[in-house]
Amino acid sequence: MPVIDLANPTRFLAVVNRVLPWLIAATIVLFAVGLFGAMKAPDDYQQGATVKIMFLHVPAAWLGMFGWALMSIAALGTLVWRHPLADVAGKAAAPIGAAFTFICLVTGSLWGRPTWGTYWVWDARLTSMLVLLLLYFGVLALYWTAEEPGRGARAAAVLSLVGAVNLPVIKFSVDWWNTLHQPASVFRMGGSTIDPAILTPLLIMALAFTFLFVALHLAAMRNEILRRRVRNMRLIQAQELHA
Amino acid sequence: MNLGPHADFIVAAYAVTLFVVAALIGWVVLDYFAQCRILGDLEDRGVARRSQRKS
Repeated sequence: MPVIDLANPTRFLAVVNRVLPWLIAATIVLFAVGLFGAMKAPDDYQQGATVKIMFLHVPAAWLGMFGWALMSIAALGTLVWRHPLADVAGKAAAPIGAAFTFICLVTGSLWGRPTWGTYWVWDARLTSMLVLLLLYFGVLALYWTAEEPGRGARAAAVLSLVGAVNLPVIKFSVDWWNTLHQPASVFRMGGSTIDPAILTPLLIMALAFTFLFVALHLAAMRNEILRRRVRNMRLIQAQELHA
Repeated sequence: MNLGPHADFIVAAYAVTLFVVAALIGWVVLDYFAQCRILGDLEDRGVARRSQRKS
């Protein structure tokens, strides 16, 4: 099937129904392997066993940012091509991205207390991540409170594009400012600074969380398409009653 | 497995993550069944989508 056919909601639903069971199975296997590796990983020489929080915190941070990047690309589809599936993709990604950003902030706080001696500090990385969560809340508010869905979608798309400015700020905040948060240690020039015994389960956990994100996103997109069908059918029903 | 003196923080981090992920899965699954039920009700009442109507 050509990729362009996926732009048709009915065909998209058929593909999702076929792909989703395999995606869920792969997610479960990846989590089983990743969690086993995380439990078996050695303690960090400085942080001790608290390094196990990293297996949740780092993937959640990546996916919080990935969710917003996805929404920004979908926003282009909404504003430039006015494609309904683009709006569906953006709307479905918002609560999932917000949830992962929330996980990142909470697990970071719980990691920070024993490591830094504080749950929170207003440094650039933590603050820019909190701004991302607030931006997610803003997009969700626009989607959920707009009386006319099309208007809410366009407003949310504009905010998604404007908010994308925050993504490089989050990524490079540890380089641009003097932060309590450590600099990049996984993807950096010169290679990762993490020992392979910890890096391998971290990457498997990141893959597991990414599969989970994609599975949830596809399922949420399916729900949103069905919700729009319900709305259209109710409008038709109302028109028939008044005819 | 010994989680050391900061076991509470590690367990809390995993518990919060599990709770949020479970809530996300629950929301998606319940929403799917709710939309399917409403669509079924509308179809039972004879309401058809424009694309399904016979001209």
